Amino acid sequence: MEMNVTRRQFLKLSGAVAATLAIVELGFDDKTAKAKSGEFKIAKLKPTPTICPYCSVGCGILVYANENDVVYTEGDPDHPINEGTLCSKGTTVRQVYTSEKRITKPMYRAPGSSKWEEVDWEFAFDKVVKNIKETRDKSFIHQEGGVTVNRTDAIAYLGGAALDNEECHLNHKLFRAGLGLSYIEHQARI
Amino acid sequence: MTNHWNDLQYADALMVIGANPAENHPISFRWISKAIEKGGKLISVDPRYTRTSQMANMYAQLRSGTDIAFIGGMISYALENNLFHKEYVANYTNASWIVEDSYSFEDGMFSGYDEKTRTYDKKQWAFKVDAEGNTLKDPTLQHPNCVFQLMKKHYSRYDADTVCGVTGTDKKMYIEICKTFGATGQVGKAGTILYAMGGTQHTVGTQNIRAYAILQLILGNIGIAGGGVNALRGESNVQGSTDFGLLYHNVPGYMDVPTTAEGDLTYEGFLARITPKSGYKINHPKFYTSMLKSFYGDNATKDNEFGYHYMPKIQAGKNYSFMRIFDAMYRKEIEGMILYGSNPVVGGPNSFKEQAAMGNLKWMVAIDLFETETSTFWQKEAGSDPASIQTEVIFLPACSSFEKEGSVTNSGRWMQYRWQAIKSKGESRSDLEITHMLARRLKELYKNEATPAAKQMQALYWNYGEHDHPDIDLVCRDINGYDWKTKKQIKSFGDLKDDGSTTAGCWIYTGFYPENDNLAKRRDNKDTGMSNFLNWSFAWPANRRVLYNRASADLNGKAWSKERVGIEWDGLKGQWVGNDVPDFVKDKGPQDPTFADPFIMQVGGKGYLFSSGLNEGPFPEHYEPYENPMSNSFSSVQFNPAVQFGEKEMNAKGESDKYPIVATTYRLSEHWQSGVMTRNVPWLAELVNNMFIEISEELAKEKGIKEKDKVVVSTARGEIEAYAMITKRFKPYKLKDKTVHHIGMPWHFGYKGIATGATANRLTPHIGDANSTIPEYKAFLCDVRRA
Repeated sequence: MEMNVTRRQFLKLSGAVAATLAIVELGFDDKTAKAKSGEFKIAKLKPTPTICPYCSVGCGILVYANENDVVYTEGDPDHPINEGTLCSKGTTVRQVYTSEKRITKPMYRAPGSSKWEEVDWEFAFDKVVKNIKETRDKSFIHQEGGVTVNRTDAIAYLGGAALDNEECHLNHKLFRAGLGLSYIEHQARI
Repeated sequence: MTNHWNDLQYADALMVIGANPAENHPISFRWISKAIEKGGKLISVDPRYTRTSQMANMYAQLRSGTDIAFIGGMISYALENNLFHKEYVANYTNASWIVEDSYSFEDGMFSGYDEKTRTYDKKQWAFKVDAEGNTLKDPTLQHPNCVFQLMKKHYSRYDADTVCGVTGTDKKMYIEICKTFGATGQVGKAGTILYAMGGTQHTVGTQNIRAYAILQLILGNIGIAGGGVNALRGESNVQGSTDFGLLYHNVPGYMDVPTTAEGDLTYEGFLARITPKSGYKINHPKFYTSMLKSFYGDNATKDNEFGYHYMPKIQAGKNYSFMRIFDAMYRKEIEGMILYGSNPVVGGPNSFKEQAAMGNLKWMVAIDLFETETSTFWQKEAGSDPASIQTEVIFLPACSSFEKEGSVTNSGRWMQYRWQAIKSKGESRSDLEITHMLARRLKELYKNEATPAAKQMQALYWNYGEHDHPDIDLVCRDINGYDWKTKKQIKSFGDLKDDGSTTAGCWIYTGFYPENDNLAKRRDNKDTGMSNFLNWSFAWPANRRVLYNRASADLNGKAWSKERVGIEWDGLKGQWVGNDVPDFVKDKGPQDPTFADPFIMQVGGKGYLFSSGLNEGPFPEHYEPYENPMSNSFSSVQFNPAVQFGEKEMNAKGESDKYPIVATTYRLSEHWQSGVMTRNVPWLAELVNNMFIEISEELAKEKGIKEKDKVVVSTARGEIEAYAMITKRFKPYKLKDKTVHHIGMPWHFGYKGIATGATANRLTPHIGDANSTIPEYKAFLCDVRRA
């Protein structure tokens, strides 16, 4: 099944609503706004529906992106919960992508070091799986008091509330059913 | 949530207690406003006059940590003044069940307590049964040991004067609230309770929520539109992450983790332990076996107990929860930690101690979008000496929610799909891909080994494609479940089998992907009735929008109210029809003896006003928080007798002579959780860029503090410095025999990001609820002074 943004909504978006907000983005500079109004930044872009990553209301957001950038985002007018509206966080979701603070390369901090080093993914993965395997093999309890327990208490896993369901499923499957961790927790506990 | 966001508009009264939706779930407030427009009454109960309070018809000031006193008094008021829904209570709850004579309650203690272990023998709270094992009942509700009479007696002690002396609420306003919310006990009326972490983050957190549930059951507010007990969850997928078993004690779908207990030695014994004799959970063996089949594929066979012994068994009776992880880390029992979007240095209780414990790790893997205070705990800015910290740290950059695809489940249990709008930024990757790549590499490493550790990993069935990028469609199909032989998708969890012929990664979601349509992707926004939007996304279980909706109809199957029809019995068609997917067997009619048993998950089919499920007693009873300003007015038992203590070194306790002020933490519209995804976002950082402490005008005057002064807040755990914000939103609390001050502060700040500030959780105690072990962030003692 493909996403289904209605034609009514698409037309609405390429019209008045988008124009108003485009002006806001340009900082209320009247002249610039007029000069730009002939070429809407989003006119040729197709919106992609998403759900807000912050609280649990689950508001719909439309993301307008080209190959290299998120151009514009706004509340999904077709969404039954928010009907196009958003709060301060949902409104700024574009900056989760554009923020200069985003880390875009794996980093490594050696024991005792005072700084990060940028590394490649292969180096990072090698370190992670080597650490997991070493600690796990050393601490793995096969049997305890005659009971097969197949677990390790030496590795802790934390996280999930900001992940997708599919990610939660794979994480649970790998870390509990595959690696035998007992310490599996996430934000719901705190 | 038993109900969902759009449903809030149907309430006649909405009590918000321990939540602040106007600021923390702003868009939900549209539906609350709609209820108010239609004449609904909004009641805000909070230590602070929040923006929700500002929009409310009534506001009650409540000292943090006194919810049970407040709700206990409301239960008492409704019972004494005959406001409760008599037909509902008599027929849909266990009010008529008779309790064993071994049950007793005296001066704050229930029967069966063992001081040494701080536990109760819950068998003493059992129901009386006849020779055949049937529960004894008194439908007249007059038997002195029936649940109704015991409940009435228990809460008769919660009179308005005693309650208000504990909570600090104005008595006149309290009575007004008791009347207004109690009025929803009338047949055909609806009242909803909305709560969040203000309810749960207490040493009596679980009992707080149970108190809300009891009140809602006696007012007949469960199962109906505009009713329910509704948790306003704080993160976009904290519902889903909980559903999928990312907690030490649960596997997906709220089933138990195997333990070393004797009964768990065999799969058969384990299933016997987790499967009740009646209620819908009798199907647990089908769900569990299907889950094991999803985990271990061909390595799960009848001969090896479906791979049951590959599953790790935790030590019976041992608590492995969040705070206990840091206790163990402090004792150097944990060598490595993996964090997916987690930042305990800001979010954990007594966080400076938790940070110190991290120095004992050999390695840490942090997967996130931005640098977090946790991934950089070894830096100078964190107050650490990098040279002395030997932890190897690997940071893996994750991409954001719209740079990948997948689904999230909101508070109303709607599983909504998010499509990919742009390729992931830079070299960042989705968490799905990272986990998939880790699994593939680990499988490769263990390929040729024959140790038990290797065998577990080899047995894991990992069928999401042979490349580094996983096929998410295969993951979705795996969650739903399929027939192992034909690979055809399963249509409903009712079709799952216990013989290994079906799979189901998470049974409560089974049905979201029948045949070839992933229903989380549905975008038909036509209102199918009562704003349930049955064709928009998918709601677990079985696309049901209001849980327990059988209770929206009376004993004959007719809706209690024509204005809010959930489901109704259609005698001609011989089935349940209406505005929702029935939470009941579709063709179970009046001739069936269980026709009036709406709570299908429960043994006996009734809502439990009395339950032996919780650790500190069958009825919620008020105990003071761990750190408190006064002695308990309801008994001589000061503190929840079933709370378990963790590592002593992690948990310093403050007394009221040194720390006389009550403190709580809260959230802001502009920031979110530990601030990682907001303090790094320029506009949000600009909107609120400083940490502050909110104090009353009266306290400011007493301490000589002016607006924007730097102040120091100290507790037994440590101290922090921040700006003073002096407001009318906090008022001194007039309690039984003294007046106490109350302050509050946001907990979003840390030393990383664009907006930085002191971390509130350096102040909070490392102690948790007696059932859930959620930390008591919301009520602690402190002192305040000018910096």
